[in-house]
Amino acid sequence: MDILKQIENELVEVKNFPFFKSGYTVTVSYKIKEGNKERIQQYQGVVIQRRGSGVTETFTVRKMSGNIGVERIFPIASPFIEDIVINKRGFVRRARIFYFRERTGKSARIREKRSAASLAAQAAK
Amino acid sequence: MPGIIGRKVGMTSIYSAEGKATPCTVIEAGPCVVTQVKTQDRDGYEAIQLGFGERKEKNTPNALKGHFKKANTTPKSTLAEFKGFDGLNLGDVVDATIFEEGEYVGVSGTSKGKGFQGVVKRHGFGGVGQSTHGQHNRLRAPGSIGACSYPARVFKGMRMAGQMGNKTVVVENLVVLKVLADKNLIVVKGSIPGAKGSTVTIEK
Repeated sequence: MDILKQIENELVEVKNFPFFKSGYTVTVSYKIKEGNKERIQQYQGVVIQRRGSGVTETFTVRKMSGNIGVERIFPIASPFIEDIVINKRGFVRRARIFYFRERTGKSARIREKRSAASLAAQAAK
Repeated sequence: MPGIIGRKVGMTSIYSAEGKATPCTVIEAGPCVVTQVKTQDRDGYEAIQLGFGERKEKNTPNALKGHFKKANTTPKSTLAEFKGFDGLNLGDVVDATIFEEGEYVGVSGTSKGKGFQGVVKRHGFGGVGQSTHGQHNRLRAPGSIGACSYPARVFKGMRMAGQMGNKTVVVENLVVLKVLADKNLIVVKGSIPGAKGSTVTIEK
């Protein structure tokens, strides 16, 4: 296993993103190639899961586009991800909040984390 | 064709120049030692025998000990023959540098054993598809295996339940994505047979 991790670190570069987990609202800046032009698309939504480890880790971001829920899975090591900005630190009790898919309107709100201590603890992790 | 003995390290994904994620397998390829050179005169065909992996002296039969001593090397755990090498002598070392990036290789290994399996898992039969209407316990049964008084036997090769996996599987035309010569590792695109740590042979 160790050899594999070494190789992964050598061959694939994971950028240093701020800590985020499920329940957080993030904005992902994603590079899109059209012909030979490149532009950056902003994708904002709630993180509903992070899965995998190392360079194969992915995270899923769900947003409501009009009335339709859109989920997008990003590999964390993808070279197309320019930046991840945290907009809201939501408090949830699950690592994977799939129940969020069935929620709409008022019930689809996520309580925000407020205490500075808990924020500091999360950042330290 | 020239080849090498290796060990499956595991799977991961790497990114191509265009930024596409590619699933790939890391293989520890060699270093292997030439333990025997077979010649047309002596053996009737040209080949070399490579040895890979260490084996304890006390677990090596005396006959094999002598074999390894001839090549002036320590006892190896796996031996395999390859054709198509030129100008190698006894005791020479073959390593991952025989491969180039972008080259196609075939990998052969022993697949993961699944045990004794029924026809649904082993051959992809559909099963009955109904759990009611008197099916009782025949949900995953194979059904008829042939006609009655003619031919009055079951044809050879009829697909039935039995041992699945744990047999030699060859996967061909895998692209070599990376060669890490200093660590004796190669990275090929896609999957290869066997569990992590299992021995495989890689041929050009």
